[in-house]
Amino acid sequence: MRVKENSNISASPHIRERLNSGDIMLMVVIALLPATGFGIYNFGSQALVLVLATTVTAVLSEYIYEKLMHKPITIRDFSAMVTGLLLALNLPPTLPVWMGMLGAVFAIIVVKQLFGGLGQNFMNPALGARCFLLISFTGKMTYFVYDGVTGATPLADLKAGESVDTMSMLLGTIRGTIGETSVIAIMVGAIFLLLLGIIDLRIPGTYLLSFVIFITIFGGHGFDPQFITAHLCGGGIMLGAWFMATDYVTSPITKTGQIVYGICLGVLTGLFRLFGGSAEGVSYAIIFSNLLVPLIERVTLPKPFGKGGEK
Amino acid sequence: MNKCLERLYNGIIKENPTFVLVLGMCPTLAVTTSAINGLGMGLSTTAVLVMSNMMISMLRKIIPDSVRMPAFIVVVASFVTIVQFLLEGFVPSLYASLGLYIPLIVVNCIILGRAESYASKNPVIPSFFDGLGMGLGFTVSLTCIGMVRELLGSGALFGIQILPESIYTPITIFVLAPGAFFVLSFLTALQNKVKMKKGKKITECGADCASCGNKSCAGHFFNMTGDPSVSIEEAAKTAEKKTTDSANKE
Repeated sequence: MRVKENSNISASPHIRERLNSGDIMLMVVIALLPATGFGIYNFGSQALVLVLATTVTAVLSEYIYEKLMHKPITIRDFSAMVTGLLLALNLPPTLPVWMGMLGAVFAIIVVKQLFGGLGQNFMNPALGARCFLLISFTGKMTYFVYDGVTGATPLADLKAGESVDTMSMLLGTIRGTIGETSVIAIMVGAIFLLLLGIIDLRIPGTYLLSFVIFITIFGGHGFDPQFITAHLCGGGIMLGAWFMATDYVTSPITKTGQIVYGICLGVLTGLFRLFGGSAEGVSYAIIFSNLLVPLIERVTLPKPFGKGGEK
Repeated sequence: MNKCLERLYNGIIKENPTFVLVLGMCPTLAVTTSAINGLGMGLSTTAVLVMSNMMISMLRKIIPDSVRMPAFIVVVASFVTIVQFLLEGFVPSLYASLGLYIPLIVVNCIILGRAESYASKNPVIPSFFDGLGMGLGFTVSLTCIGMVRELLGSGALFGIQILPESIYTPITIFVLAPGAFFVLSFLTALQNKVKMKKGKKITECGADCASCGNKSCAGHFFNMTGDPSVSIEEAAKTAEKKTTDSANKE
């Protein structure tokens, strides 16, 4: 009791720094804007409605939960907004709005708040909710329309052995979820975060590199630049690698651990894409690796200075 | 007679095997995909529980203490075999959907738990009611979980379509494995909330926090006022105040 009265207890790290989590989350929101903007331009007003509904629901459910549970209100740190926005970018634009809102409630309440709020969630809330929706509404979640034409995503075409147009995959004028289609728009945001030092290359770099090596070995095409580029530009791997695998809460804090984590992600994504039942596997690879993070951190724990060495 | 009613109340509400004791999780999570399955599983377990409790209570003076576990298992397994054949013969559809989980009733920890902690120490009639209470508690919980999962996951209740596809899109995850965990945890939270509201008599637990195994209580039931009619909230406040006072004195 006394400790509580006299000092402010908060989770580590206790480092003095001008940047707080609210600022970082705001930067992430800004970095996501190019991808969001392109998604809305690409898919029209229904994408805009879905993005707004999901984001607002995420923030509101965080507010209402914390209000009901008499906890400090943390919506000003923008983390719920990032979750809602990321979730929307992971949804197909044709998804009924109420499903997106249900996903946002699930992400915030079940994945994040029930485990203790920001910093305590063991998996990425947005991806947890995406997988929840994918399992619940498989038909609606894999229904992709572009320019009024329904069909498979380029990644599914690739899996079926058909040729794909890599250039339009790079630009983003293809079928897919709202935020994943344009590699260029995602990279603009990613470079912004890299320059600010909010994310570093360790996780995305090892992720993409190990993924490329994996599909070179097991893809059945050898070192085929066209095939590899199509795999890198298709599906959610870019969005996942730069914005979701790098989530501070659900990635390892040790440097070696981040490399191990990146390799896990690359191998799992390749495994799911090449040998799995569906064409895409990024979201499952990321939440699966999120579960491995405590183990990775345990084995890559750095030795304190002065410990170990010769006896 | 009072004791028998007390056993029933204990099994269904106070020590509900699913929501309070959290026993028998394997069938609870696996077979509650529909209300019918939950009900069928619950009633089968109840039948085995009642009969094995009676039989073990009858044999309690004959079974040597050192081999009681194998003896209990033999008794339980015999009744499970009988129930299994009866289900296969008379309700083959239920038998097919419960599958492996019928023989697994043998190792259900509710049954062995009741045999060990109650039937082997008490006469036949109370043991019968203990088994019946626990079994009904299990049945009610499984049926509740099954109803929620079936309603949300396929829009039906006891196999009858209540919400047509046109107005309700089923959330398929609820009939899959993760749904079992969601529904179980939310129903447990709900019944905790209801029980807390009723204002349990706090001294019921003996107020011996030092040797108490219930970590979830966190001292809330520890009634420092010494008055058994005080509600949890008040008692918790008093307890907190006393702790603060003593901390300040130091």
